[in-house]
Amino acid sequence: MTIALKPPSQRRSPFRDKAGRQGLGLAILAWAIGLLFFIPFLWMVLVSFRSETDAATNPPQLFAPFSVEGYRNFFGADPWGPLLNSLTASVLSTALVILLAFPAAYALSIRPVKKWQDVLFFMLSTKMLPIVAAILPIYLFAQFSGLLDNIVLLTIFYTSMNLPIAIWMLRSFLAEVPVEMIEAAQIDGANLTTTLRQVIAPVVMPGIAAAALICFIFSWNELLLARVLTSTVAQTAPVYLTGFVTSQGLFLAQVCAASLVVSVPVLAAGFAAQDKLVTGLSMGAVR
Amino acid sequence: MSTEVAADAVRTGAPPPAERRQSGMSETWRRRLPLLPALIFVIVLTQLPFIGTLIVSFMDWNSYYPDDRGFAGFSNYARVFTDVNARSAVVVTVVLTVSVVLICLILGLVIALLLDRKFPGRGVVRTMMITPFLLVPIAAALLWKHALYNPEYGLFNGLLTIFLGDDAPQPDWVGSMPLPALIAAISWQWTPFMMLILLAGLQSRPMDVVEAARIDGASSWQIFRHMTLPHLRPYIELSVLLGTIYVVQNFDHVFTITAGATGSANLPYFVYQTFYTAQDYGRASAAGVVTVAGTLIVSMLALRTVFTVFQEESR
Repeated sequence: MTIALKPPSQRRSPFRDKAGRQGLGLAILAWAIGLLFFIPFLWMVLVSFRSETDAATNPPQLFAPFSVEGYRNFFGADPWGPLLNSLTASVLSTALVILLAFPAAYALSIRPVKKWQDVLFFMLSTKMLPIVAAILPIYLFAQFSGLLDNIVLLTIFYTSMNLPIAIWMLRSFLAEVPVEMIEAAQIDGANLTTTLRQVIAPVVMPGIAAAALICFIFSWNELLLARVLTSTVAQTAPVYLTGFVTSQGLFLAQVCAASLVVSVPVLAAGFAAQDKLVTGLSMGAVR
Repeated sequence: MSTEVAADAVRTGAPPPAERRQSGMSETWRRRLPLLPALIFVIVLTQLPFIGTLIVSFMDWNSYYPDDRGFAGFSNYARVFTDVNARSAVVVTVVLTVSVVLICLILGLVIALLLDRKFPGRGVVRTMMITPFLLVPIAAALLWKHALYNPEYGLFNGLLTIFLGDDAPQPDWVGSMPLPALIAAISWQWTPFMMLILLAGLQSRPMDVVEAARIDGASSWQIFRHMTLPHLRPYIELSVLLGTIYVVQNFDHVFTITAGATGSANLPYFVYQTFYTAQDYGRASAAGVVTVAGTLIVSMLALRTVFTVFQEESR
């Protein structure tokens, strides 16, 4: 990665579109592909705001009268338990992940342990362990310990699921912190906890936010573990959605409304923090 | 709760004999201490269950026949490799993963290149592109199954009717082509993910060097081929690696869209079915171990190249 930089006098701004026609064509192409990817989602929103009769017509009407029947049916079925369970499991496990990942990332970057690369490699390799390959012992353990259908057990497994990714991401953010800052704090007599909390954490806050966002999304989205480990009391929102899998379309507006409502926390977090998402996803490995 | 347990283990744990250097010992442990809670947490919660799966995979254990539990040797593995359904699941997993990752990579790269340029509404297009990735996977799968693929009132057949008239073909997408139907739905969800990583790669490119090359008369293609692609290489490898890890494990889409019908069950769904419906713990575990072996082989190859990036770092 040693690319010689040209002196500043020769630098130019990225505005260089002399070929305006070509630029216009590419812009239109970008818009077209963007719309193509967005249309299924848009369709889902449209259908969710229709009456069930309008939603299930053949051929589909592109425009139909506005109705909140789908949402009324969805909320009428009292989905708050599953939504709350998902929120609890996702928020708690994200907090736990950051709490555990932050010191670990410190030990892998700023004052690295010996063979830190091997440790990092091991962490990463656990992500290659498909959840199905561990699900039976987890299920049996839950059954024997009486923790089946318990949100605490789910939270713990979500933590272990996301911890490697968070460590991986935070490590690369921590590696950017100037060593002098940390040394200065330690000369002033700060211990590890103080250094982490008062010197390093503020600097890598964007990194922590990015890692937390991604852990939250992955926990909220998880279905397989939740489906095996929970049934009624601790049922999560994705498991609740599986109730719509076999419905043969009679309640299409409700299916779309339910899918959208369950996706709202992730959509909101993702839209609000697009930049963090981008940095978070790329930083992990490439820096 | 588990963190406390882990922390206790750290405080009372004796140092291993391996690194017994009289002076450096406490320093070594001071360095290790912050790592241990996370490390122990991950080991206990991922490796122990897998060892459990490994053990059960060598056992006869079907919860419908609790009395027949015992050592089975390799018979579960033999059954996995001779079972038509299991073999089909292996093939489906490979086809699904390779095609989805390739489609996502190519589309993701094209879109990232388009979004790397400034144009009116770039932020809007980027937001529209990211949306599929932010939809909860099972919600996305429900959308494809019910609102798009449905042969009677789905959007796809509706559009065919609108554009081609009343005698337009009305295919049963999921029924007649389950694998392409899955590939399209999963690619839709994961292309934005690959695109985000590649876009971040593009935007970390030192633009002044590209400018200099352009001034020196390099064509767009030359710049892409000799400057952009080499710079993007680690990002491409990362997106392929992460994409592979997630797509190999896909459960939500297979479960929702096809439920494994007409030869579209992948390994995770096959394991789930064997374990959940057939209650055959031994065979399900063997299939799980096979899934891991397959994932590891593919990912290690990808990872080895990614890890060259770490070697270059020094700290």
